[in-house]
Amino acid sequence: MNRLTVVDVARHYGRRKALSQISFTCDAGEIVGLLGPNGAGKSTLLNVLATLVTPSRGSVQYGDRSASEGGAEIRGMIGMLGHDLFLYPELTARENLTFFAQLYGVTGVAGTVTAALDQAGLAERADDFVSSFSRGMRQRVALERALLHGPRLILLDEPFTGLDQASTAALVARLQGRQQAGCLIILATHDLDVADGLLSRAIYLKDGRMVGTDTESRGLADRYRRAIQ
Amino acid sequence: MSEFFRVAWHIVRKDMTVEIRSREILFTTLLFAVSVVLVFSFAIVREGRAPDDVAAGILWVAISFAGTLAMGRTFERERYNDTLRALMLAPADRPAVYTGKLLGLLLLLGLVEIVLVPLVGLLFSAPIFAYPIMLITLLATGTIGFAAVGTLFAAMLVRVRSRDTLLPVLLYPITIPVMIAGVRGTAALFQATPDEPMARFWIGLLIFWDAIFLTLALWTFEPVMTE
Repeated sequence: MNRLTVVDVARHYGRRKALSQISFTCDAGEIVGLLGPNGAGKSTLLNVLATLVTPSRGSVQYGDRSASEGGAEIRGMIGMLGHDLFLYPELTARENLTFFAQLYGVTGVAGTVTAALDQAGLAERADDFVSSFSRGMRQRVALERALLHGPRLILLDEPFTGLDQASTAALVARLQGRQQAGCLIILATHDLDVADGLLSRAIYLKDGRMVGTDTESRGLADRYRRAIQ
Repeated sequence: MSEFFRVAWHIVRKDMTVEIRSREILFTTLLFAVSVVLVFSFAIVREGRAPDDVAAGILWVAISFAGTLAMGRTFERERYNDTLRALMLAPADRPAVYTGKLLGLLLLLGLVEIVLVPLVGLLFSAPIFAYPIMLITLLATGTIGFAAVGTLFAAMLVRVRSRDTLLPVLLYPITIPVMIAGVRGTAALFQATPDEPMARFWIGLLIFWDAIFLTLALWTFEPVMTE
């Protein structure tokens, strides 16, 4: 999958319009930011892209296929880090990653999981229950869970929440590594300081609508404020 | 097909690991089911004798109430941290997720029934060893029918605020045929002179309902779970 095409996507919940007339195209190797205030529709859009929510109108094409045409194969190309972290607190970090690696059909599960734990800097706490972790540590495990199966489309909802400066820098480096590997990364964030310089492109959302796009990676904050006013 | 069962198996194993650690659902469900049977036995049994056919009814009431409790709790765990979304993102047929959750629930209910059936036999003088294979078949087919519908509804309602109220409201009317077949079939085996042909008839009916409910649940799981 080299291109993601979103055409006139709308999502309504009863009379409430969570998303309206969203259209954009992005290519492999980009980091695209969804920026907007609370309730702008960022998470809903990520859920639509993840095939978890069906659009009320419009379509999403993953390469040359839609979610309904691609089904499980499309889902295998998607890695998602949600606002909730999709981890089982009763399981250890290693058990969580092992379960999801098995579920996602990863080959060489033990080696992949050990490498992921090393990458998260949690090798020494691999056998501790996730419930005993801080938010930042859980966030790191959750990110590795999302990347375990080598997805080509990475969807991240507020990935910098709860991370300290060192962890944020490590996450940024990780995302840039995946970008260079040819993955398409779409992230929703409020953290403009981190997004500045990281994004290939920003999409500004307000009240479920696109109110602008931005291809300059520096100086986001001023343009964001102007766009959502 | 092997991919389907591989995913289902991993979900069952994960659910069992979590349950072995917390013992939350098993203990809650078991305590509730045993309490139901004990309360009925104190209210109904006089001088060691219970009215005819009561044991079968009480057994199935306990199974259905305990099952409803277990269904809600099983999916409550998936709501916490939104792990159900991660399961739905797995690159496998989504009904495999349903099958995994259903099998996990059936294992739990099976454990509850292992305690419940001898207790009912003891307190209500029910002849549970007269036709053991047939009784096991009745319990298995009845539990599968009940859990097949319940697992689908519990998954559907996982993001609904009033899910605890709605689950029994939706579940009980639809599973009435299963309950009737379970109670009548079990009563046929528990009566003074067990009626084997009658029990067979109800088992056949339960297999029929199971086939319908399982097919419908597997068919509708993906559309109802995609928001």
